Amino acid sequence: MCLAVPGRVLDIEDRDGTRMATVDFGGVVKEVCLEYLPDLRVGEYAIVHVGFALQRLDEESARRTLELFETLGLLQEEFGDPLEAQQ
Amino acid sequence: MKYIDEFQDPDLARRLLDEIRSTVTRPWALMEVCGGQTHTIIRHGIDQLLPDEVELIHGPGCPVCVTPLEVIDKALAIASRPGVIFCSFGDMLRVPGTDRDLFQVRSEGGDVRVVYSPLDALRVAQQNPDREVVFFGIGFETTAPPNAMTVYQARKLGIPNFSLLVSHVRVPPAIDAIMRSPSCRVQAFLAAGHVCSVMGTGEYPDLAERYEVPIVVTGFEPLDILEGVRRTVLQLERGEHTVDNAYPRAVRPEGNPAARAMLADVFEVTDRSWRGIGVIPDSGWRLSPRYREYDAEHRFSVTGIDTREPAACRSGEVLQGLLKPHECEAFGTSCTPRTPLGATMVSSEGACAAYYLYRRLDLTPAAASDSLEGSAVV
Repeated sequence: MCLAVPGRVLDIEDRDGTRMATVDFGGVVKEVCLEYLPDLRVGEYAIVHVGFALQRLDEESARRTLELFETLGLLQEEFGDPLEAQQ
Repeated sequence: MKYIDEFQDPDLARRLLDEIRSTVTRPWALMEVCGGQTHTIIRHGIDQLLPDEVELIHGPGCPVCVTPLEVIDKALAIASRPGVIFCSFGDMLRVPGTDRDLFQVRSEGGDVRVVYSPLDALRVAQQNPDREVVFFGIGFETTAPPNAMTVYQARKLGIPNFSLLVSHVRVPPAIDAIMRSPSCRVQAFLAAGHVCSVMGTGEYPDLAERYEVPIVVTGFEPLDILEGVRRTVLQLERGEHTVDNAYPRAVRPEGNPAARAMLADVFEVTDRSWRGIGVIPDSGWRLSPRYREYDAEHRFSVTGIDTREPAACRSGEVLQGLLKPHECEAFGTSCTPRTPLGATMVSSEGACAAYYLYRRLDLTPAAASDSLEGSAVV
């Protein structure tokens, strides 16, 4: 849960007055709230924690971290559903 | 030296280790605050790669582990109520309460759901206006701003059937409590990088000065940890004690001002009990009076719960860095990830889970030596 994962912004839209983005985490796509990084743009990378972009990140750092997390299986750990795993 | 080949940049790892070896002249005890860092350290055998003089002590930085048993029991009581949908991050489901966990509540018919984001829980509330939706709001300064934003949104959108069971904790008061302890051996801290990406570094200079401890903001990847250790040892050897940022790609001195402003609006600082440690003054957040109506503890009466800690669990000592996980008699015998006595064995960031997952149970010096030379930790 404490893991924060870098992701790349694919698309941005306003929903109910809230700035939301579609973000790609090395193949896993999630909705992310941009209210704490309102000037983040499509194509940029950010550190995302529990569905919120918290800090901008340069592309190279983001790619390296994502590759490492993928290798270690941490992306599955973060985005997988333990209820499904249990069944 | 097999581990080093598994680092992203083995040459850089070797250089950092060489520099640490050539700098250190006497024993130092460093505490990594964050549970994510603990897992990186154990997973990659960093503690075994470092020179013998550098000891890493694992700190209380696992939010799941420090959530008090009485809060877990309250969550179980609320989740068991008819008409309630209880939403949580996945790693809280197997944390044992006094007599069961959230998985068991679910198997007994409770509507317990795992969400990735607190905003997902808010959506569940919108979709189920005739049910009460409660989100389990635990975590450090990294997780508190998302939860704060969700409560803010609930009020803005007029969603009345959403509430938060709050047990948020703050790192700086925990560092203060650790340094005040008479049994404290910690001489420097590797501060948690993502906590600082929200809060910045402004809360730390006072602690570094008062206790004369270097505090180095450190990231989570293996090379980040080595760089954090290198900078910390350099300060210790020079007799310095400043706040240093070894994770500048994600941490700015001011942190995230928008997130900090939302925290100040939605929450207020309060004393908070840490599991196994006890009450630490000003170490937590609760909902401020303006948002009290979204507090699940106010919405549901959850009193009279008989909370009993398992006597054999020594996770409190582990969380304070007084005991290494494998030094506990229950470790790997009566306490395993499948049959955990405490949260430190369950959580994906717990120190006991890290030792169990990445180490052999037999950590005699000979076994540790074999491990270093032979099989990889990962």
